[in-house]
Amino acid sequence: MYPKTLDTWWDWGLWLALTVGLSLLLLVVLLVIVAFLLLMDRKVWAAVQMRRGPNVVGPFGLLQSFADLLKFVLKEPLIPAGADKGVFLLAPLVTAILALAAWAVIPVGNGMAMANINVGILYLFAISSLGVYGIIMGGWASNSKYPFLGALRSAAQMVSYEVSIGFVIITVLLCAGSLNLNDIIKAQQVGIGTRVGLPASFLDWYWLPLFPMFVVFFISALAETNRPPFDLVEAESELVAGFMVEYGSTPYLLFMLGEYVAIVTMCAMTSILFLGGWLPPLDIAPLNWIPGPLWFLLKITFVFFMFAMVKAMVPRYRYDQLMRLGWKIFLPLSLVMVVVVAGLLQFGPQVR
Amino acid sequence: MTLAAAFFYLFAAITVASAFKVISAKNPVHAVLYLILAFFNAAGLFVLLGAEFLAMILVVVYVGAVAVLFLFVVMMLDVDFAQLRAGFMKNATLGFTVGMIVLAEIVFFVATQFLKPGALPAGLVRAAPIPQGITNTEALGRVLYTKYVYFFQGAGLILLVAMIGAIVLTLRHKPNVRRQNISEQNARTKSTAMDVIKVPSGGYNIPDKAAAKVAAE
Repeated sequence: MYPKTLDTWWDWGLWLALTVGLSLLLLVVLLVIVAFLLLMDRKVWAAVQMRRGPNVVGPFGLLQSFADLLKFVLKEPLIPAGADKGVFLLAPLVTAILALAAWAVIPVGNGMAMANINVGILYLFAISSLGVYGIIMGGWASNSKYPFLGALRSAAQMVSYEVSIGFVIITVLLCAGSLNLNDIIKAQQVGIGTRVGLPASFLDWYWLPLFPMFVVFFISALAETNRPPFDLVEAESELVAGFMVEYGSTPYLLFMLGEYVAIVTMCAMTSILFLGGWLPPLDIAPLNWIPGPLWFLLKITFVFFMFAMVKAMVPRYRYDQLMRLGWKIFLPLSLVMVVVVAGLLQFGPQVR
Repeated sequence: MTLAAAFFYLFAAITVASAFKVISAKNPVHAVLYLILAFFNAAGLFVLLGAEFLAMILVVVYVGAVAVLFLFVVMMLDVDFAQLRAGFMKNATLGFTVGMIVLAEIVFFVATQFLKPGALPAGLVRAAPIPQGITNTEALGRVLYTKYVYFFQGAGLILLVAMIGAIVLTLRHKPNVRRQNISEQNARTKSTAMDVIKVPSGGYNIPDKAAAKVAAE
């Protein structure tokens, strides 16, 4: 569909139109999915607490997220008098744009990424490590105590957990032998499952051989996205709403949106690295007829469901416990696993 | 190619402009934010050069970690501008000298591009080979872990020493600080954690142990 060369104006026009059109399509679909995942988050949370959750707007409350959107957009944005106006308004934009930018490289189907770049996983890692800027900038620019304390907490927390996420990614890269996200998924077609007689099945995916790393990545992803039980950045009992105290209306909406898109990105990363991305769980007739993007969506929803259940079930961590977990447990564990996996791949039997 | 050229001028212009704003911005936090913008656009320039691995590492390391700590420190510091300005003339000569040296080096580097081949002794200037058929990351890995492995390990050791140094310099063991020892907590059993006190029924006879506790408080 894409023009092979960019020789004429016609090729240029076609290329530009396709790129812009597909990007828009991806963004719109992503945002609609995020809207429903947000509703699912609240519904799951409610179900665990034996409540009904949002059930007024639309059938079963399905339109709740859209109602929230309208409400936020129609409110008046307030900027505190002491705030640094430019940075104050830039912060939510940075959060939302960075979160959406990550989706440029995520392959939703076989080769179906907006930019199928060689260093895709590094790009994702880089973008997710930038997420902290929106929070720090927002916290500082508010010129208020609670937001500032929240911002400082988040800076320390996100930098800490990035380290173990980096090491987890390295173990996966060692196994897959590529930094390209599509190739990482393809490498998961062969593995333990093939050896026990279920080729290209869910037993081939990396969650099984790298199970400790899967757990570390899942928990670090919770911390990286400031999800409960690690939402100390906005712990209401200590910091009211953390860095978002002074925000309202559309800027707040952008923060919220950025946060949820980042969570969905982390779910997508988990499913790409450990759950075989767009691969069907079993390579048999009815399952491999279902298109890849749908499997990918199902896996994202599954990981998101686990995120929601953790939010509902686990009490909030204390800040020093959070730091201890990141630096004293996950960092050594993931470092050792990098050494073990590299050693096994080099000297052990062919585990790949 | 025209598209690449357009992006080059865009990235280069933003890099230079934001680098200038780093030194001219009045607010140090703004200066750091402009520095981050400069890093970001430098990463864009790397991508245009085909060095996508370096670009991503620049973003991960400098923008994602180093600049966060910069921002962290700058936000916490109470910077006195009058005091900073007072020292300007004192350090101006030093700053000027360093700037001139860097400028001269850049001029020399650009000048070598216009020399005839063979004008310089062989081996003095060597163009970086462009990897063919393998990705950027793999090409870097192949030289880094074979030809330059000792330099690579040496750099790693230096960083390790620096890290240990930083920890040694900042680690303070304050006395009388109550710390949580999780393994100790988890190792508690009924016999070590509980005192069963027999309270006789009727009267206010406090057992000795509890009485001592009350007295201590």
